[in-house]
Amino acid sequence: MKARLKGAEKGHSLLKKKADALTLRFRQILKKIIETKSLMGEVMKNASLSLAETKFAMGDFSHNVLQNVTKAQTKVRSRKDNVAGVTLPVFEHFTDGADTYELTGLSRGGQQLDKVKKNFAKAVELMVELASLQTSFVTLDEVIKITNRRVNAIEYVIIPRISNTIADIISELDEMEREEFYRLKKIQEKKKIARAKAELRVKEAGMEHDDAGNLIDDDIDEDLLFDS
Amino acid sequence: MAHAARGKLVAVIGDEDTCTGFLLGGIGEMNKARKPNFMVVEKDTSVHDIEERFNAFLNRSDIAIILINQNYAELIRHAIDNHSKPIPAILEIPSKDCPYDPNKDSILRRAKGMFSAEDFR
Repeated sequence: MKARLKGAEKGHSLLKKKADALTLRFRQILKKIIETKSLMGEVMKNASLSLAETKFAMGDFSHNVLQNVTKAQTKVRSRKDNVAGVTLPVFEHFTDGADTYELTGLSRGGQQLDKVKKNFAKAVELMVELASLQTSFVTLDEVIKITNRRVNAIEYVIIPRISNTIADIISELDEMEREEFYRLKKIQEKKKIARAKAELRVKEAGMEHDDAGNLIDDDIDEDLLFDS
Repeated sequence: MAHAARGKLVAVIGDEDTCTGFLLGGIGEMNKARKPNFMVVEKDTSVHDIEERFNAFLNRSDIAIILINQNYAELIRHAIDNHSKPIPAILEIPSKDCPYDPNKDSILRRAKGMFSAEDFR
């Protein structure tokens, strides 16, 4: 039982450490998210602005772009990151394949279009980063909740229960000991009384005996019978 | 790292300009069923359509991130709040005629609640 209590306490401190580590990471991510979100506003503004510039330079080309979608050039791959036994998905963007819009804006506004592409590529990069932060945020949030629940369960339910049991057992044992002690005392007392009685009787008998005095004088020799 | 041929996609729900921009950024893909990974929301697109497409994106296994304009996110807020899994991640982005308002963002709102709860403790 004591061993169990010890185990529970050990587990409690370990879980608490884990929760602390996770919370630390969580705070970092939160800070980064807020930073990145505000950065995102900036980047998106730039991107939209350059898009508007391009539209001005080459007319409305959005239909052209929207219709000519084929294969994604920028994709995301996910990697696993490990924080205190929790796997966090981390996204990384990578480019492969050819640029679908190589020829868009060939006739006019090519330079502007290039700028737009660059700006939006930057935006995508940022988005991917933000997405991975956000995913980690959600995952960590979940895990921290679970860990805290466990910590609290151990702290407020399991440890009290075990220590209650231990206290119970100890008091029971104490009681038993006291009972035993009392019983011993009682027996001792009884024995004492019995001994005293016996002695008294012996003495009385002895007195009578002494009274009788001489063995040779007496005709009748009564048998001495002691009953205890 | 080994060259991962099967990367995941980024989906966009947004107005025409946002979509155009991100497609120029190179995220557009048409899959075998000729289903694009983006949705252009026009003036007359109904909320129901947006939500349907959003849910379709959520259920596609090849999409890792969904970008959505904040003004449209606001329309289907309940669907976004319902989504609790880490993947796909939903990102609300500012659109050209609506500046970004951090108070509306699902995640930031959660973060804020977290902070106040943390401070409260």
